Amino acid sequence: MDAALFSSILFATVVAGTPLIIVALGLLVSERAGVLNLGAEGMMAMGAVAAFAVTHSTGNPWLGVLAGLTAGMGTALIHGVLCLSLQANQVAAGLAVAIFGVGLSAFVGKPFESVALPAVPPIRIPFIADIPLIGEALYNQQALVYFSWALFWAVLWFLARSRAGLVLRAVGEAPASAHAIGYPVILIRYLAVLFGGAMAGIGGAFLSVFYTPMWMEGMVAGRGWIALALVVFATWRPLRVMVGAYLFGGVMITQLFIQGSGLQIDFPAQFLSSLPYWATIVVLVLISRNPNAIRLNSPASLGKPFRPEQ
Amino acid sequence: MTEASAAVRLRLQGIRKVYPGVVANDDIDLSVSAGEIHAVLGENGAGKSTLMKMIYGVSRPSAGEIHWEGRRVDIASPAQARALGIGMVFQHFSLFETLTVTENVALALPDKPALDELASRIEAVSARYGLPVDPRRHVHALSVGERQRVEIIRCLLQDPKLLIMDEPTSVLTPPAVRKLFDTLRQLAAEGCSILYISHKLDEIQALCHTATVLRGGRVSGHCRPAEETPQSMARLMIGGELPVCEHSPADGRGELRLRLAGLSHASADPFGTDLRDIHLDVHAGEIVGIAGVSGNGQQELLQAISGEETIAEKFPVQICGVEAGRLNAARRRRLGLCFVPEERLGRGAVPSMSLADNAVLTAARNAALVRGGFLAYTRARRFASECIERFNVRCGGPQAVARSLSGGNLQKFIIGREILQTPRLLVCAQPTWGVDVGAAAFIRQAIIDLRNRGCAVLVISEELDELFEICDRIAVLAKGRLSPVRPIGETSIEDIGVWMSGMWPGAEGSGGEDDRAAA
Ligand SMILES: Nc1ncnc2c1ncn2[C@@H]1O[C@H](COP(=O)(O)OP(=O)(O)OP(=O)(O)O)[C@@H](O)[C@H]1O
Ligand SMILES: [Mg+2]
Repeated sequence: MDAALFSSILFATVVAGTPLIIVALGLLVSERAGVLNLGAEGMMAMGAVAAFAVTHSTGNPWLGVLAGLTAGMGTALIHGVLCLSLQANQVAAGLAVAIFGVGLSAFVGKPFESVALPAVPPIRIPFIADIPLIGEALYNQQALVYFSWALFWAVLWFLARSRAGLVLRAVGEAPASAHAIGYPVILIRYLAVLFGGAMAGIGGAFLSVFYTPMWMEGMVAGRGWIALALVVFATWRPLRVMVGAYLFGGVMITQLFIQGSGLQIDFPAQFLSSLPYWATIVVLVLISRNPNAIRLNSPASLGKPFRPEQ
Repeated sequence: MTEASAAVRLRLQGIRKVYPGVVANDDIDLSVSAGEIHAVLGENGAGKSTLMKMIYGVSRPSAGEIHWEGRRVDIASPAQARALGIGMVFQHFSLFETLTVTENVALALPDKPALDELASRIEAVSARYGLPVDPRRHVHALSVGERQRVEIIRCLLQDPKLLIMDEPTSVLTPPAVRKLFDTLRQLAAEGCSILYISHKLDEIQALCHTATVLRGGRVSGHCRPAEETPQSMARLMIGGELPVCEHSPADGRGELRLRLAGLSHASADPFGTDLRDIHLDVHAGEIVGIAGVSGNGQQELLQAISGEETIAEKFPVQICGVEAGRLNAARRRRLGLCFVPEERLGRGAVPSMSLADNAVLTAARNAALVRGGFLAYTRARRFASECIERFNVRCGGPQAVARSLSGGNLQKFIIGREILQTPRLLVCAQPTWGVDVGAAAFIRQAIIDLRNRGCAVLVISEELDELFEICDRIAVLAKGRLSPVRPIGETSIEDIGVWMSGMWPGAEGSGGEDDRAAA
């Protein structure tokens, strides 16, 4: 493989992995607080369409990202009200939010169908972008790519080191005990869900404003579900989420290159297309086998409603 | 201090609490002054925990008033109770299993201490209070005794004005209890009020200034424990005489039912205790006791015998003549093993399931509660009802969910469930944890009766008095090793107490290693 091809595959891999990382890290935080949010796909779609609409009318992609964030959060709020205030079943509420978000975004997005936006230029980081082979691919990227890296460190630090992260984990582990030592469990879970929604919204904005700068119904294309699966197979650990997301992106891009290159291969195309899914699952399952570590990182109260005793 | 210590800190007036179908508390008056250690006594299900939970804001009274330092207050949440200066040690632990001890403590402290610093503070405090714990360990790997220590330390570090302790010593060893009492007396002398719940009447006598007795959710009397005897307090509680248990010596050993032949097993938990070369025989018709401070391999031993943790080879665990080392828990139950784990909510019972369903979980085979893969539902209910009746479990019937039972009643149910399956081998941990004096005597008698009917029984407990009351032979587990087994008549509580630090005749390194219980 020549250097230019490698560089472009690496570049595309990073871009493909970015929305997954942003969304999955948001979901991870929400799940660590014990709230399962199956609505990710809907929140991403809402974020994507809102970001597109605002960018289209103002010409400012950053206002667009802000709009995506807000729309994702607004959609997550519905999930929060259903599950946290009304104690609905989290799986049912999440599915409802997913369907609702996808549907509403299609409706709202009708006027923008197949309108394109001008591409947002990447940000080149001086000096390190000149590193041969990888510099161009990693350090001449969209701002949200750098954001996803910052988010990764922030989530890692938050969960492992900060007091608030400790409280969040405690709430996800044993909400009744957290309540008993005086923490506002419902409020904390709301914040976690809203954070998850905000990140899903940004992930959606990345798709419609930066990745393929246009709006199309169904453009989220299952990435919300993939992000959800990533969190589980990564056993709720940020580093594994990151590895999984890039692995998925990498295999996806590589097989597209292979399919597009006209190389003579014996595999059926369907096999290649399914490769990213099962390769990611196999790798994540293999690196996360330790039952003790799984026990320590999986939120025990995930999906269970909590209501303070009367 | 003189003025403050006379002041009434907490006053309850006409408190009533109704759960669907149960009046758990009715018209309760109670007051505690600053510096007072006040006991709340009562049988299992009398309503003690319910009352404490209302003071701590976990639940709200259906009627009645709470006055705090002369002001009427409405305690809506534990956060509010803590803001007033109320701390509580729960009967069912409220710890976070996947977090470390340090993190658990940090969560309960209002100032935000650095974790490393806190860890050394915990070490210092735990040494001073005689409650040894390792702050770096994860709570899920701790035995119940260690968890209880964590829970107490966490509460003491909060510096409360009113300390509520709901059976804090149910699984502590006598020296730890003595140390704790010194600490509590000192806290009281500094003006802290303490509400103390325990079924151990001698402890109440040693520690508490005053006592309120509850029966059936109502106040049935007041007393000064120092002026009473355990018997007279028991009468106040039960409203009758204390049953005594009859223990005739075992009439000759029957066949071998459990053999541990050089059982060595590395603990799954990096901080756990490895079992090292354990040899033990338990025969039909005898009760063998294993004493020891929890955290010395008790949990690992229980798991290795029950099958929760399978071991590499077959022969070290032999159940009823079968080499069972590699069999899982269900297969071992089929051999005639019944098992009472030390954690009753979680391992012993599924909190959110009904008692009938919980009965099916372990008794399905032995009591024929499943037929052709289907639940024999009427049978399960009948089995649960029989258990409730025979063991005098106070609850709403076989359909009551396990979580709604008072602590002692759930313990009675779990023991009953196992005993009614007429096991060939019964292994039980802390059989009378949190059970009231009357019921404790009843459970002990039931275990002895089971032995008389030819069952082999292994009891693991921290309570030496209990072991000496029911066992035929006794050994000590310390640092993962088992002492020689002695007939109960040839040893004494004092000897066993010394052995508990790992120093029995012929023990390797006896006297050498320094003891971590040393304060
Ligand atoms: N959440 C609940 N729902 C229904 N009934 C309950 C609930 N909590 C407690 N009860 C009932 O209230 C009564 C009093 O229970 P409580 O736990 O206060 O007893 P206790 O005195 O603490 O007993 P123990 O010594 O066994 O701990 C019991 O009959 C119990 O079944
Ligand atoms: Mg109780």
